[in-house]
Amino acid sequence: MQQSHTVSAYDEELKSLANGIAAMGGHAERMVEQAVAALAGDDAGLAQKVIADDPFLDRTQREIDDKAIRIIARRQPMAGDLREIIGAIRISGDLERVGDLGKNIAKRVVAISGGPRPIGAFRGMQALSELALNQLKEVLDAYAERSVDRIDSIRDRDNEIDAIYTSLFRELLTYMMEDPRNISPCTHLLFCAKNVERIGDHATNIAETVYHIATGSLMSMDRPKDDKSHQVVMQGK
Amino acid sequence: MPVQKVFQLLRSGMHRGQGFKQMDDGKDISSRSMMRARLFRSRFVIAACCLVLAVQAGLTGASLIWPLVGIVLIILVAAVAPRREIGEPKSDRNRGNRTPSSGNLSVQALADSVPDPLVIFSHDGSSVHVNEAAKDAFAPMTAGASVQLKFRTPEMQQLIREVIANGGTMEIEYAEKVPVERWFSVTAVSVGDNTGLFVLVFKDQSEARRIERMRSDFIANASHELRTPLASVAGFIDTLKGSARNDPKAQEQFLHIMEGQAARMARLIDDLLSLSRLEMKPYLKPATKVDLREVLEGVVESLKPLASDLGIAVEKDYNCGDYAVFGDRDELTQVFENLLENACKYGQSGKKIIVGLREETVSAGHAVTASIRDFGPGIAEEHIPRITERFYRINAETSRVQKGTGLGLSIVKHILTRHRARLSIDSRLGEGATFSVHFQDA
Repeated sequence: MQQSHTVSAYDEELKSLANGIAAMGGHAERMVEQAVAALAGDDAGLAQKVIADDPFLDRTQREIDDKAIRIIARRQPMAGDLREIIGAIRISGDLERVGDLGKNIAKRVVAISGGPRPIGAFRGMQALSELALNQLKEVLDAYAERSVDRIDSIRDRDNEIDAIYTSLFRELLTYMMEDPRNISPCTHLLFCAKNVERIGDHATNIAETVYHIATGSLMSMDRPKDDKSHQVVMQGK
Repeated sequence: MPVQKVFQLLRSGMHRGQGFKQMDDGKDISSRSMMRARLFRSRFVIAACCLVLAVQAGLTGASLIWPLVGIVLIILVAAVAPRREIGEPKSDRNRGNRTPSSGNLSVQALADSVPDPLVIFSHDGSSVHVNEAAKDAFAPMTAGASVQLKFRTPEMQQLIREVIANGGTMEIEYAEKVPVERWFSVTAVSVGDNTGLFVLVFKDQSEARRIERMRSDFIANASHELRTPLASVAGFIDTLKGSARNDPKAQEQFLHIMEGQAARMARLIDDLLSLSRLEMKPYLKPATKVDLREVLEGVVESLKPLASDLGIAVEKDYNCGDYAVFGDRDELTQVFENLLENACKYGQSGKKIIVGLREETVSAGHAVTASIRDFGPGIAEEHIPRITERFYRINAETSRVQKGTGLGLSIVKHILTRHRARLSIDSRLGEGATFSVHFQDA
């Protein structure tokens, strides 16, 4: 990116790798967005569309892996180029997982559609997914700019996602205790919330990869601690 | 000797070398210094001609008069003959009787003067120039980065691919969900013939969309939240018409409750309206500076009666500094009014509120943090991330007693997003709560 190589085909190969990531990123963002919209609006049709979109991500990820291996074999990249290529492999892996998690949310939408809907929990889900999507957008923007100015704050944002996830976990348990008919939608929502929280984790991974690509050094280990939902226990009445 | 004079002239020309650089910028030039400038410019040509004449004179052995006359003539011609680049540029001279030419118009200047976001990119997808409006709208964005990576939606990917491959003009819709929903209609155009440059022009359609959206959202929110007080009023009317018809004591009590419910509905509608108004314009960053200290003082002053009624002392803790931030005075006043009112109502038991204001110098410039700290019961950890959600209430009972609408912090968050400021909440059960607002000038 920074300087051009003597062999211009090499530049083009690197460029096409980055473009692949761009396409994957846009697709993954769109899938998560639509999956959550389908969840909030009880829209099984939209959910089906999200499920149908997933193979594109799998295919593109394979293409990126393949291209990356070819470049490594042919050009024997060093330093920044090598980081760029390895980074592309890792980011494409993360994005593919993000897509899978989006697809999983969509599948659950289809499963619970038409049943009872605890309204409050859906609001919480939207707040959670907004945070996760925002984080994903910011790391991909940082990747586009190869800038690390905001990486720290993006990574720390994961704390907020974890906190809201823990709170949502607690809320869903309450709904289930109130009314056994809520158990089935709430269990699905619990998994949806977990999926969104995982999306935030993948965004954090991408942030670390971008940092490595841009600076050549690894981010410090003191990554935000995980959520506290494993400590949540509800006392029966 | 004329030759000495020539050298003198040349030397003075050289001394004036720096001087006439400035004259090129279109300053007033006296004819004398212009001559010097001309001589200085043509010094090498003059020297060469003189040398040739001198050598010729030396070789042929003819009289010295004619070569000298020749040299003087050359110098005179060089000094007097007008040269365009010494005087003002031609376009300047003809100013007034000709329209300004577009020849020296730079692409960057032109792009920057366009009020809509505009990105120029090359055939490999890297941006060549990003105009000011685009930098503002899509920050962080700088020239050199890949446009495909920046605008990642599948439609944009296709648009960029197609315009690079086929040229021409194409138009699509582009929407961004986070941090605020925005819609653009994007036109991609290839510039000129085979320049290898393409332009993306963004037209903001958000306002029209938001008006559409606002109507449906408003109805949904309002109907949901208004139903409860309305049902209670309707119930009391029934009772008043029926069983309580002849019971003045019960009538008075019911009317009192109904009055409270009606007031609650009125507050709700006010809050919903101001939230809707805010949602209409979330991403225009305010352009004027406001002194936060003044805003805070005003808010503290206006809420003094409430605080003293509740027996709360309001203390100030300012570090000295410059508290000017970009903002809208009325909106920021609303933010701190809501925060301070909350502190009074929910932190009443602490009997004390500290209003803090501090300025810090950070790597990115100048940061101001305003904080409002109460010493009430505090907020449990699991509620903190969610209290800015609409209608989220930690305790429905307390909220009703305090006449809360469930929208106050939502409004605060909205205003702060618009200001690109951040709200952080720090609290532990039993130790009170601190609401801090962080402003940062980039």
